[in-house]
Amino acid sequence: MHPALQGLFTIFLGVGGCIAYFYFSNQFLDKVLFPAKGENIGRNINRANLVRPWLFLFPAMFALGLYLAYPVFATLWYSLTDREQDGAFVGLANYQQMFADPKFWEALQNNMLWLVVVPAASTAFGLLSAQLTDRIKWGAIAKSLIFMPMAISFVGASVIFKLIYDTRPVGQSQIGVLNAVWLQFDGGVGSFLILRLVPGMLMICAAVAALFVVWSMVQTARSGKGGMLPTVLRIVGALILTAIALTALSFAFGAFTKTYNYGVPQTWLTIPGWNSFFLMIVLIWIQTGFAMVILSAALRGIPEETIEAAIVDGANPFQVFFKIKMPQISGTIVVVWTTITLVVLKVFDIVFAMTNGQWETQVLANYMYDKLFRANDWGLGSASAMIIMLLVSPILIWNVYNARKEMR
Amino acid sequence: MDNIAGSKSSLTWIVHISVVLLVALWLFPTVGLLVSSFRTTDQISSSGWWQSLFPTEQNVTLRTTDPDDEGVQSLVDGVYTITGNLFDEPGAEIGVWGTSSRAIDSYIAGDTADLGDGETITVQANGDYVWTGTAEMSGRGQRVFATAATPPDFTLDNYDKVLFSGSQTDNMLKAFTNTMIVTIPATIIPIVIAAFAAYALAWMDFPGRAILIAMVVGLLVVPLQLALIPLLKLHLNIGIGKGYLGVWLAHTGFGLPLAIYLLRNYMVGLPRDIIENARVDGATDFQIFTKIILPLSFPALASFAIFQFLWTWNDLLVAKVFLIDSTGQTTVMTNQIVELLGTRGGNWEILATAAFVSIAVPLAVFFAMQKYLVRGLLAGSVK
Repeated sequence: MHPALQGLFTIFLGVGGCIAYFYFSNQFLDKVLFPAKGENIGRNINRANLVRPWLFLFPAMFALGLYLAYPVFATLWYSLTDREQDGAFVGLANYQQMFADPKFWEALQNNMLWLVVVPAASTAFGLLSAQLTDRIKWGAIAKSLIFMPMAISFVGASVIFKLIYDTRPVGQSQIGVLNAVWLQFDGGVGSFLILRLVPGMLMICAAVAALFVVWSMVQTARSGKGGMLPTVLRIVGALILTAIALTALSFAFGAFTKTYNYGVPQTWLTIPGWNSFFLMIVLIWIQTGFAMVILSAALRGIPEETIEAAIVDGANPFQVFFKIKMPQISGTIVVVWTTITLVVLKVFDIVFAMTNGQWETQVLANYMYDKLFRANDWGLGSASAMIIMLLVSPILIWNVYNARKEMR
Repeated sequence: MDNIAGSKSSLTWIVHISVVLLVALWLFPTVGLLVSSFRTTDQISSSGWWQSLFPTEQNVTLRTTDPDDEGVQSLVDGVYTITGNLFDEPGAEIGVWGTSSRAIDSYIAGDTADLGDGETITVQANGDYVWTGTAEMSGRGQRVFATAATPPDFTLDNYDKVLFSGSQTDNMLKAFTNTMIVTIPATIIPIVIAAFAAYALAWMDFPGRAILIAMVVGLLVVPLQLALIPLLKLHLNIGIGKGYLGVWLAHTGFGLPLAIYLLRNYMVGLPRDIIENARVDGATDFQIFTKIILPLSFPALASFAIFQFLWTWNDLLVAKVFLIDSTGQTTVMTNQIVELLGTRGGNWEILATAAFVSIAVPLAVFFAMQKYLVRGLLAGSVK
């Protein structure tokens, strides 16, 4: 049978089967098992209503259990066994082997970098474009154009950006934009401004901003408001932010002191340390639209009275933005941040298509794929999948906690 | 909101310019791909795509008609004359030209060059030339070195090649069909299953409901990476193996949490009165669901359908694990493009065209149904 026909047949069978299941199981419940007539009519109706929710739920619960819940436990089990020895239990041997693998640490380190840079940059760009597009008449069109990359596959985006990063030998005309721009720099005043001063200043600003947040966090933590757990979280956050600030400062130092290869086309994706950032740009390009749409809706949801009151009291636009708007949309920013974090943790296609983890760009999801399907080492692959699960679980717990709180 | 306390018109144009820059920055990559897909191999490798939108200046070597050809020369007022056009196709424009390869910019368009032995040649900007001589000319045609501006030139050949050439490596048509076959059932089936479950979770009272909802929220973020090996093993054990059925089932399973979550959130917000009135009038749950809830939930259904469509269409990992076997007959477009990146890394005309073929459909869906996509995003993440 031709696959297209098979597809049609499956739609028909799947949809028809589902509807038939729901219809006939309801009929069976109402007419045969607990008929709403005879002497036990009251009891029968009650019983039918007790069973019916499970009729409605059964297919979904079965599929969820089989396709998402069961694999979590199965993967945990595989990560403790060895396929070579017919699935014998080997304890933590796979994890030990993984922790001894430098590629794993490289992947983990890169993933951490992705986790900081991509959500931060996407949220910042999203907030910026939401704030700007809300003020102009053609904002809706601008928004839909910035939002557009959401529809493009990671693979498609990889091709798009590979063209941008393309490199031709010296002497040929460069067809990648980045190299064409790069060759314009010659070490003169313009190069100093754009390649040293601006990035250096940006990094210093980022460091200062991070240190400011650290300072305010420490202040709040010292006042001891809100109990034990928030204080601990604040201290952890402050430590992480301090590390980020120090990194930014070292980048700033690097921007001023690094020697650049002017006039030589660069193969961007093979420069260790920088190439990960070039891959991140792809994801930032895709996710900014998402952040913008959500944040724009949140910005519009802010009651105008609060802003009017601030303006009447003489607040300038920056104060209005940082002191009135930001606190009111902070919940949404957290949601956007965590959603993008989830995407980042699972990022696979971009790295797979652009570098396949070469030149120190490995990330966990691609490392896992490598181990599972190239090295055929299911134990090690499952162990790395469990690491991804471990990284996701704080968000999982947080989401479930919030959902339960909301339902009460 | 700016006009509350006197609008600042000086800021407005800064905002406009910033938005223009942002939009340009965000569009630039995609436009590059689109433009490149309409250029020939030579054009792509000789200049960046951004130059193709404007006339390009090229140094070309042209040649007049051979004087030995029959009937080319004519005797006008005692001088032998050959006239014609240097270009095969009209459109290019000559700026400067010369008659020797060492001095290609000796003359500007319209000048007359002295070739010696009483011969002269006049070249116009559009390539028209008049070559005259006091004696009959012989041999091959006169060479003219010119710096010519050629107008933008685009072609559909790449699409023809990628879609209809039937070549094994470049053929996207089969991958396109396969992607369709994967996507459509994988979009429709989870909707049906999820809708019933969402109704039960939203409007039916039973013990354990809250826990089930929390479970769905939790499963929403479980990385599907964990599911690969156990499910592949399961599929191989029960005889489904690698193929369409496996990938449909996998996409259905992975799409369900979001479907249930989105639909339940929407259904909870439907007016209680309608449902209770229907109950009082003796409608069964099944009737309430099919006659009232389902039609009213259309926006949420559409939102999820778009999500699932985009996700299954753009997916690479699930297809690689559950669908594509060693024969490669069931390859999907994303996989085909990754393979092209390996085998044809330098052939940008093929790569760009193939990539654009694969992103054209999602882009069309995106622009047509953006409203529902935004609505779904807001329902799915803003609490």
